Amino acid sequence: MSTTTEISETTLLRFATAGSVDDGKSTLVGRLLHDSKSVLVDQLEAVERASASRGQDAPDLALLTDGLRAEREQGITIDVAYRYFATPRRRFILADTPGHVQYTRNMVTGASRAELTVILVDARNGVVEQTRRHAAIAALLRVPHVVLAVNKMDLVDYQESVFAAIAEEFTAYALELGVPEVTAIPISALAGDNVVEPSANMDWYGGPTVLEHLETVPVTHDLSHCHARLPVQYVIRPQTAEHPDYRGYAGQIAAGSFHVGEAVTVLPSGRASRIAGIDLLGEPVDVAWTTQSVTLLLEDDIDISRGDLIVPSKDAPATTQDIEATVCHVADAALTVGHRVLLKHGTRTVKAIVKDIPSRLTLDDLSLHPHPGQLVANDIGRVKIRTAEPLPVDSYADSRRTGSFILIDPSDGTTLTAGMVGESFASPEPVKDESEDDGWDF
Amino acid sequence: MTTTVAETEGGTEAPYALSHLDALESEAVHIFREVAGEFERPVILFSGGKDSIVMLHLALKAFAPAAVPFSLLHVDTGHNFPEVLDYRDRAVAKHGLRLHVASVQDYIDRGVLKERPDGTRNPLQTLPLTEKIQAEKFDAVFGGGRRDEEKARAKERVFSLRDEFSQWDPRRQRPELWNLYNGRHAPGEHVRVFPLSNWTELDVWQYIAREGIELPEIYFAHEREVFARNGMWLTAGEWGGPKEGETVEKRLVRYRTVGDMSCTGAVDSDAVTLEQVITEIAASRLTERGATRADDKMSEAAMEDRKREGYF
Repeated sequence: MSTTTEISETTLLRFATAGSVDDGKSTLVGRLLHDSKSVLVDQLEAVERASASRGQDAPDLALLTDGLRAEREQGITIDVAYRYFATPRRRFILADTPGHVQYTRNMVTGASRAELTVILVDARNGVVEQTRRHAAIAALLRVPHVVLAVNKMDLVDYQESVFAAIAEEFTAYALELGVPEVTAIPISALAGDNVVEPSANMDWYGGPTVLEHLETVPVTHDLSHCHARLPVQYVIRPQTAEHPDYRGYAGQIAAGSFHVGEAVTVLPSGRASRIAGIDLLGEPVDVAWTTQSVTLLLEDDIDISRGDLIVPSKDAPATTQDIEATVCHVADAALTVGHRVLLKHGTRTVKAIVKDIPSRLTLDDLSLHPHPGQLVANDIGRVKIRTAEPLPVDSYADSRRTGSFILIDPSDGTTLTAGMVGESFASPEPVKDESEDDGWDF
Repeated sequence: MTTTVAETEGGTEAPYALSHLDALESEAVHIFREVAGEFERPVILFSGGKDSIVMLHLALKAFAPAAVPFSLLHVDTGHNFPEVLDYRDRAVAKHGLRLHVASVQDYIDRGVLKERPDGTRNPLQTLPLTEKIQAEKFDAVFGGGRRDEEKARAKERVFSLRDEFSQWDPRRQRPELWNLYNGRHAPGEHVRVFPLSNWTELDVWQYIAREGIELPEIYFAHEREVFARNGMWLTAGEWGGPKEGETVEKRLVRYRTVGDMSCTGAVDSDAVTLEQVITEIAASRLTERGATRADDKMSEAAMEDRKREGYF
């Protein structure tokens, strides 16, 4: 069934922005929203009213994005906000992350679901510590596409040499971290160069504008290299006259694809069966793939419940109770060795204990502090965790969905930590390691 | 509707990319199933408006061919549009659902709430809503709120913890990582869940068109007796309008949002089909709330303040 509408269905790109306070991030966001007609008249009027009541001459566009009372009062951005805009070619979900002191956890939050990150740099300052932090987080979170937006080109006379030097330095650094793809774009968010419209001031630049790149960057990968994974969310059993024996395993495909007839194994039990049918929200299909929400029907009546993972029998991950991961601590209270926590992986939540914190990472220079004893808010480090039950975890490098987990405080439910299983950076060679031999390299 | 493999002219798009509506639908279904798997007593806030109608449609798809494992909760302001109440009751009957009603009029009749001088009952909904949640011990409450509606809502999590007073504290929200939603809560607390967080008004309309979902007639242009107040066309009626100096006239209008009659305005429109509505919205230079909601204009932080108190 399909209905013709004036506006056709397009694809969806989730992306995040990163930039420190004065890099012009709000201006860039404002321009993307404004030039895609996503800021409407009443919203602009509200900003004008509020700006005027504060005695400001010109509308303060930061008021468009700073949504909370405290943010407007203090003139700062406290938390990640989500913005929406669309062009005829694609729809966008922008995780607008603040560039303030709490940058790490906010950027990790924004980047965890992003397919692309825009890292802003001030052309006058070039690659600075903050830029390296942003690149490191994008690499840690394995964001597939990174855009380096060299902003304020108007303040360096639109010189190609300035841009080229920054782009070269950043790209070399990012590639060393294992960032798979960097697109560098010289822009002036304020003047509008290369954001939505190509710049008349930089003839030497032959690449896409920021928006053009956002519209055309591919949003999926080749699934033939992905391990298929379905975390079971819910067992659907109508038990009605019409469907007396229906027993379906509902979930969102976390990676790869499944097809009818395929031999599958259920983890952690290890029981095997075959896919008898796939329901895609009420309609039978022969094949389904990542991120579709589906219901699998199996040939054999085996015991499967929420928290189990269905995988192809020929490609099952090992289960383990000992997890080594890179984590970003997001709560205000510290994470310490011996901490008893809950670990949510896919649809399964199990008891766990923090056995060791071998190292903490300094994002500025990627150096390691061995055995820090604890991780505090915004720290990134390595942890070893023992879980009460075996979990089928993948390496985060292989699967962002089944290689990630969160730690939860069992006493009050606070989300403590974001975790990524396996090695940290996809670096071809180990980057420098100043610690003792902890058996682990950044 | 089966999935669409998106294709673009340049062939730059990889196969297996979901269309944006399929991606949003899949994400919302995932959220419904997470709640069904993790909570004891979830409920869907259902107003008969387009967002809650889309929520119900998604819930039906998420658990098909089984029944939706949630009941519905309607906060009846006493000033609802009759067409919408009718729609609500038909939907409940059709899908065999259980409906809870929290009634603002009851609270006014009992003297617990007082009518406001401006006649709007929207802020009065908070108490009946939160008391019903506590009384029925609902631990997950689905709302149709979208982040694109309002800048305070842009900060809202998909799983949003409310304390035992149903209050929202925007500064103490849990970071939401990947799609690992954290639904932990203490007894007495509950979680507001927003499966349409990432949808825009246009997405909702496109989805309604794609799925062929029926809506109350007031969403389409029709002749109606209205009068002007605060720059909006309000429906004349016993609820309190027109007052002296306000004159009723017949106009061709439709509604972009459906709420209480006292604060939801109609817009001039001749859009009678879904296609015409979509074209009209795509060309509109006003947000739906800016065009038709008086309550959001009360102060710069009106929505945030009401949400803090427990509003949806």
